[in-house]
Amino acid sequence: MSEAPFRYSPGDVVRVRTGPPEPHCRTPFYLRGQIGVIAGIAGRYRDPSLMAFHKPGLPERALYRVEFRHHDIWQTEAGPDRIMADLYEHWLDPATRETPDAP
Amino acid sequence: MPHDHDHDDHAPIEDAGAGEDELLEIAIRELLIEKGVLTAAQVNGQIDAMDSRTPALGAQVIARAWCDADFRAGLIAAPLQTIQATFGMNMSTPLELVILENTPQVHNVVVCTLCSCYPRMLLGIPPAWYKATAYRSRVVVEPRAVLDEFGLTLPPEVEVRVSDSTADLRYLVVPMRPGGTEGWPEDRLAALVSRDSMIGTAVPSVP
Repeated sequence: MSEAPFRYSPGDVVRVRTGPPEPHCRTPFYLRGQIGVIAGIAGRYRDPSLMAFHKPGLPERALYRVEFRHHDIWQTEAGPDRIMADLYEHWLDPATRETPDAP
Repeated sequence: MPHDHDHDDHAPIEDAGAGEDELLEIAIRELLIEKGVLTAAQVNGQIDAMDSRTPALGAQVIARAWCDADFRAGLIAAPLQTIQATFGMNMSTPLELVILENTPQVHNVVVCTLCSCYPRMLLGIPPAWYKATAYRSRVVVEPRAVLDEFGLTLPPEVEVRVSDSTADLRYLVVPMRPGGTEGWPEDRLAALVSRDSMIGTAVPSVP
């Protein structure tokens, strides 16, 4: 399998796609449409949405650790808390964030 | 016979018979064995391997990380390889382990909101609450309230970082070494490291 370069690097701002629906999807609903920052590249893994149906899960998907601000997701008062999730590249679009990171 | 004795508060010894899921498991297992795909010994071997993994393994790893800076650096850079090379336990898995270090500024807590992903290779079977909808849904929404219920109240300036293991990574929290344990041997330190402190719903303390 040819390996495409990783599309995102740590620090890049991304928005989680809202769909399309995918069986055995590993992108939680509460993060869809949310803006986060790439915290790290986790590597390439077989696609679990295909492996769940006994397919080889190829090509492998790039996986990232993505950091979200708790208050962005739940519309609460700004605070230090963060949520980290592991998301596959095909669920992420480039984005910009209007409010800079809280200290 | 008169009812003149007490009953201990234990689960019934005889269960009520197999439920639908259990019957399905038995049917599939027996078919796989009958068709020669698996042997009964392999099934039992796998159960034994799973049962042999307990939080004591994880606690041993944490205690070593507290005492040995080189081990800690290796653990962070290549967790499974370092654990296998140091302790000899077989860590071969397609999954990757990620080490989350607690600091005075950041407290980590782990969840799998989608199912029950858990670092079984080091901690064994997850506790029932880890798989419960209440924990899985609430800890990402109100982590501080959930931690309060576990008896862990964190100052507002400490970042609570919830890691949702949604895919191929598994997370192990390295708690901070409690004060007053200078010079303790590793086995005494390991006894302070609870399962929950490696999930992030507790922190070790000196009794």
